[in-house]
Amino acid sequence: MRYAMAIDTKKCVGCSDCVVACQTENNVPIGYCRDWVVEVMDGTYPQLEIEIRSERCNHCENSPCVRCCPTGASHYSDGGIVLVTPDECIGCGACITSCPYDARYTHPEGYVDKCTFCIQRVAKGLQPACVSVCPTKCMYFGDMDDPKSDVSLILKKRKYKTLIPEAGTKPQLYFLI
Amino acid sequence: MREEIIVSGRNNPLIDPVLHIWHWQIPLYLFLGGLAAGILFFAALYRIMGKEDKYPAAVKIAPLLVPVFLVLGLFALFLDLKHKLYFWQLYTNIKLQSPMSWGAWTLMAITPLSFVYAALHIKEIFPKWDWKFQFLKDFEAWCNKYILHMSWIIIVLSVILGVYTGILFSAFNARPLWNTSILGPLFLASGLSTGAATIMLLSKEKAERKLFAQIDLLLIVIELFLITHMFMGFLASTQVQIDAANLFLGGPFTYSFWIFVVALGLVLPATLEVLELRKYHVPVIIPAGLVLFGGVMLRFIIAYAGQASRWLY
Amino acid sequence: MATRRDFIKISGLGLGGLALGGNAAMKVVANSVNGKLYGSFKDFMRTPTYCEVCFWKCAGWVYKNKDGDVWKVSGNDEDMNSNGRFCPRGTGGVGMYYDEDRLKTPLIRDGKRGEQYFREATWDEALDYIAEKMKKIAGEHGPECIGLFNHGSGGKYFGTLMKAFGSPNIAAPSYAQCRGPREVAFLSTFGEGIESPEKTDIRDTRCLVLIGSHIGENMHNGQVQEMSDAIDKGATIITVDPRFSTAASKSKHWLPIKPATDLALLLAWIHVIIEEGWYDKEYVEKYTYGFEQLKAHVKNMTPEWAYGITTIKPDVIRESAREMANAAPAVIIHPGRHVTWYGDDSQRLRAVAILNAILGSWGRRGGFYKPETMHLPDYPHPEYPKPRKTWRDAFPNQFPLAGLALASGICDASIPAPYRDCSFKGWIVLGTNLVETLPNQKNTIEAIQNLDLLVVIDTMPMEITGWADVVLPECTYFERYDSVRTGPHRKRQLALRMPAVAPKYNSKPAYWIARELSKKLGLEAYFPHENLEDLLDWQLKQVGSSLEEMQRIGVKTFEREYDDLYFANGEDIEFLTNTGKIELYSTEFENAGFDPLPKYTPHPEPPEGYYRLIYGRGPAHTFSRTANNPNLTDIMSENALWVNPRVAKEWGLTNGQPIWLQNQDGLKSRFSIKVRVTERIRWDSVYMVHGFGHENKKLSRAFGKGVSDSKLISRVHIDPVMGGTGMRGNFVTFLFEEPKEQEVQS
Ligand SMILES: Nc1nc2c(c(=O)[nH]1)N[C@H]1C(S)=C(S)[C@@H](COP(=O)(O)OP(=O)(O)OC[C@H]3O[C@@H](n4cnc5c(=O)[nH]c(N)nc54)[C@H](O)[C@@H]3O)O[C@H]1N2
Ligand SMILES: Nc1nc2c(c(=O)[nH]1)N[C@H]1C(S)=C(S)[C@@H](COP(=O)(O)OP(=O)(O)OC[C@H]3O[C@@H](n4cnc5c(=O)[nH]c(N)nc54)[C@H](O)[C@@H]3O)O[C@H]1N2
Ligand code: SF4
Ligand code: SF4
Ligand code: SF4
Ligand code: SF4
Ligand code: SF4
Ligand SMILES: [Mo]
Repeated sequence: MRYAMAIDTKKCVGCSDCVVACQTENNVPIGYCRDWVVEVMDGTYPQLEIEIRSERCNHCENSPCVRCCPTGASHYSDGGIVLVTPDECIGCGACITSCPYDARYTHPEGYVDKCTFCIQRVAKGLQPACVSVCPTKCMYFGDMDDPKSDVSLILKKRKYKTLIPEAGTKPQLYFLI
Repeated sequence: MREEIIVSGRNNPLIDPVLHIWHWQIPLYLFLGGLAAGILFFAALYRIMGKEDKYPAAVKIAPLLVPVFLVLGLFALFLDLKHKLYFWQLYTNIKLQSPMSWGAWTLMAITPLSFVYAALHIKEIFPKWDWKFQFLKDFEAWCNKYILHMSWIIIVLSVILGVYTGILFSAFNARPLWNTSILGPLFLASGLSTGAATIMLLSKEKAERKLFAQIDLLLIVIELFLITHMFMGFLASTQVQIDAANLFLGGPFTYSFWIFVVALGLVLPATLEVLELRKYHVPVIIPAGLVLFGGVMLRFIIAYAGQASRWLY
Repeated sequence: MATRRDFIKISGLGLGGLALGGNAAMKVVANSVNGKLYGSFKDFMRTPTYCEVCFWKCAGWVYKNKDGDVWKVSGNDEDMNSNGRFCPRGTGGVGMYYDEDRLKTPLIRDGKRGEQYFREATWDEALDYIAEKMKKIAGEHGPECIGLFNHGSGGKYFGTLMKAFGSPNIAAPSYAQCRGPREVAFLSTFGEGIESPEKTDIRDTRCLVLIGSHIGENMHNGQVQEMSDAIDKGATIITVDPRFSTAASKSKHWLPIKPATDLALLLAWIHVIIEEGWYDKEYVEKYTYGFEQLKAHVKNMTPEWAYGITTIKPDVIRESAREMANAAPAVIIHPGRHVTWYGDDSQRLRAVAILNAILGSWGRRGGFYKPETMHLPDYPHPEYPKPRKTWRDAFPNQFPLAGLALASGICDASIPAPYRDCSFKGWIVLGTNLVETLPNQKNTIEAIQNLDLLVVIDTMPMEITGWADVVLPECTYFERYDSVRTGPHRKRQLALRMPAVAPKYNSKPAYWIARELSKKLGLEAYFPHENLEDLLDWQLKQVGSSLEEMQRIGVKTFEREYDDLYFANGEDIEFLTNTGKIELYSTEFENAGFDPLPKYTPHPEPPEGYYRLIYGRGPAHTFSRTANNPNLTDIMSENALWVNPRVAKEWGLTNGQPIWLQNQDGLKSRFSIKVRVTERIRWDSVYMVHGFGHENKKLSRAFGKGVSDSKLISRVHIDPVMGGTGMRGNFVTFLFEEPKEQEVQS
């Protein structure tokens, strides 16, 4: 099993609903976020192009954050989801520094926090909060090993890219282009 | 025109707009660790070589400071932790791939050893010192018997500790500036150099001072060589590493790096040491002080600049 | 309440068919020991609601956390407005409930109007005060001299109160400041308006034309969702906007039009489609009136002619017209929503209606569908007294086609003038921040200064509450019942809002407030139910549901009785216009003395050194409503001024630089706004998101953040047809120094 997410940059409107939904669903404190939205615009008026990406932890298959964690608080869970166990985390910041995507932050309570792919929802057969709320339905979540999952199907159909593949982290967030 | 913005107002503390998760605590911790490693290295080396009487400052006096440095260093590390109550989790896990973990374990091993080693030499400074309890006296005697074995262990651990202070950074692929294997040897060399400088400061023997001035000079040359190679490596690498190098080549860290680290911390003390070796009188405090200062600045600047360097995407 | 043990059970049972192994589920449980990481995963009680963060009214569920307080809100899958997905504002709506700056108790003004000195009062005191003043005004000037401004669910009950009191003057800013012109234009063309939610069949369209309608930033939920569906199905999107909007970035054709010239483009499109014979001949023949006049009218309105006006190249105009024609009748020339731009808006929207008509999209799949609305009966009540005058009397022979009361009209008519019969003396304002909502603030404030009574019912301390005599704190939509949502949509639907939690502080629902006030005015006969839920239950039972059922399901759908979402082939249709046809040539406009066919007239252009001030929506905010919302200010805390790099270079402006603005009438912004240098805006305009620059210090997050466009909109181009307030004819220039206090007073 290999959980992954695909985000359609052609449909995303950058509304940040995914960010607000994550915040309320996961009680992410105000002033912090597990996901964020990037807009990249290129060109000269009126020849312009925009790519919009909703980003979060890539749940890397070869993740430096797990590797560098001195306590094992950062670990791979089932389906390759990268998680942090708060009670094992000492807040040393090594994993934050190690993440090329800046996907982690220190929770005000001291431990490090990040996207969990909403494992508590996935365990119940629900979609992650961000995916379930997105008004443009531009996010796809599922098991890459299952050829019939939403992600597998869309990745078969569309061209995609990952972010900084050259960092060697094997990210599991796919951006449809 | 290209415009790249985060439209969701992301502002995670200590991450945005630039990473600044590590402040003074970590570079200080690394500096003190390197310094302790340097002192212990020379102490153990000359102990093994049987030169404890020829180089008393190196073998006996300077190591007395090491426990203080290590404890202060560990305390700085502790201060940096954001989830302090769970500190003990460091010592219920051994994670070989995590430099933090083996740094913590190395310190765990070397700190008590440094205490013991210091205790064995405490009478050098306080000749009237007396261990009140018999079992302590027995223990002292036992240790003295195995002091050579202990020195071997210390020398290995001190090298690991010295290299670790650099590896802690260079393990982070995510920060292009740190992503170079040169940081390990560079920080080791710098640690040894600051150790040598401390010994110079404490030494009352001319011969010992001269030896450590020579050692330091050599180490400084090595450091300059490593720094040059580091930049050549960066500039011959990918755009992100070129950008990282540019932090020092016209970027925001240019002045601080070239003035504080290279000029004041390496070139000037080296020059003064050469003069000293050429029999000009230079008060030892100046080159030694500059080396220590350079060692601190190196850690701080590499720590901060590293956090400012990032991948583009 | 579910316990952790239950969760193990749930996971143990449910996981068989799920993707995740028991192992991971156990890990979840183990990890959640102190509940830190995985949040509240239990199934808490949920209560139905519909969202009040904008006027789309999506239905959803409020979930509570383990403390029994509001946790999150999310869409109801049955709901056709949201399809189970709230927009960012709706999702962040919880912030409205938690906002610690909320109005907490009734306030009565101490001292001069506009100076923010209030004393706390009991409800009884506050309502006595209001009742007394209302009776006094009614005695001296007539009850008609009190107007109600409302833009929120609770307004309904104040509407009842006003009618019972004897005033028909009930206005919402969603007409004269928003969609009025399009309603008038479509009513006179098709005999039917567009209404809300819009009857645009975007889901099935093959070509969507957006004219200054920035769906995607304008987050009206159904529109955004259906546009995304359309993209999936390969529909062509054509966007006309001087700014590279998000929608423009999703479009096959972006027409970067010179602002204020859209009517010329529309006429040129009509010209091309007629001249090339691309129009729906059968449809036009069968259903429309005035085609020949139209054809003659646009004869010379060639793409070349329009090019000179709009800066859109003739081949682009032809090409885009061809796209529309190819897709017809599954094409939508979107009527937009906030359409009060330049004062000839009804005419521009007429052109939009005509274009749709000749392409045959009205009543066709992928064009405009025929919505259905559920009708809930009113509870029998005594007859309302007959008013002797209405707001119209203040504007003899003006705005003949205005279908609803004009908020701006009531405001203007509150400033005494010798030629005016009807002058307003009292306002009741519910859920609208008039100071920031109506253009020409100076005028609004002058009107307020002439009132004998200003009552504001709001949830937050806004600009308007600062001017009030009495401020009444309404509880938020998480804490109250409101009337049942009834539609319109593709099918009839009911949606219930019920309280998830008890009102915080000393706040009350509008129904309660209106009813208590009715008692003090001797009008309680109009409010026979002590609790709103009794009335709702009665109404629901009339249509075969009940409060109990709705509390359980939240949304109830009623299938269409006939398969008439679209016109049937060759169906005979009687349109509700004078001619019974789709009026390409409008007899209604003609009779009222307006051009029966739209004509392009040029609008003023910015003087040297000035730029046209255009504004719009940010996806995470609704006007003032969300400006202080903790969750949403987290996403966007202030607006920025979009400036083209050419302009920036000329003025030496850099990204992030704070500057002040001054408009053509010398009005200056009170606060600064950060420059955003971007290619996405034309060089003759600047752009900002509306709803920022708040001046009420009690808004701890919103105060002083960004600039208020409203403050700089002093030149208003009134639409003579229906009184819409065109607000896009204002020009600004940059100031590098903070204006002095007295320079920014309105
Ligand atoms: N300059 C400028 N002016 C504009 C526009 C623009 O783009 N620019 N847009 C125009 C358009 S399209 C429209 S529709 C109007 C909208 O104008 P408004 O409806 O006035 O705008 P909002 O900011 O949504 O008004 C909200 C008020 O309702 C209060 N409120 C929120 N929830 C509740 C509640 O549950 N109960 C009560 N009693 N009050 C509540 C808020 O605190 C706030 O004071 O503005 C128009 N005016
Ligand atoms: N997130 C969010 N969504 C909302 C609202 C909100 O407050 N927040 N409010 C809702 C309400 S009440 C309304 S009425 C709608 C309004 O939403 P819309 O009707 O979609 O938008 P407008 O505010 O009319 O128009 C803004 C766009 O018009 C462009 N524009 C400016 N001048 C011109 C011009 O001369 N010609 C053309 N072609 N384009 C021009 C601007 O660049 C901008 O992109 O949004 C609704 N949706
Ligand atoms: S909710 Fe969907 S459309 Fe909105 S920003 Fe997130 S991914 Fe994009
Ligand atoms: S994105 Fe960052 S935090 Fe997530 S798995 Fe990869 S390295 Fe770790
Ligand atoms: S901060 Fe926590 S999760 Fe991150 S590396 Fe340190 S202990 Fe591991
Ligand atoms: S998957 Fe869940 S935790 Fe991750 S960003 Fe989406 S909502 Fe947040
Ligand atoms: S569109 Fe958004 S803000 Fe408006 S009612 Fe729906 S969820 Fe609420
Ligand atoms: Mo509106």
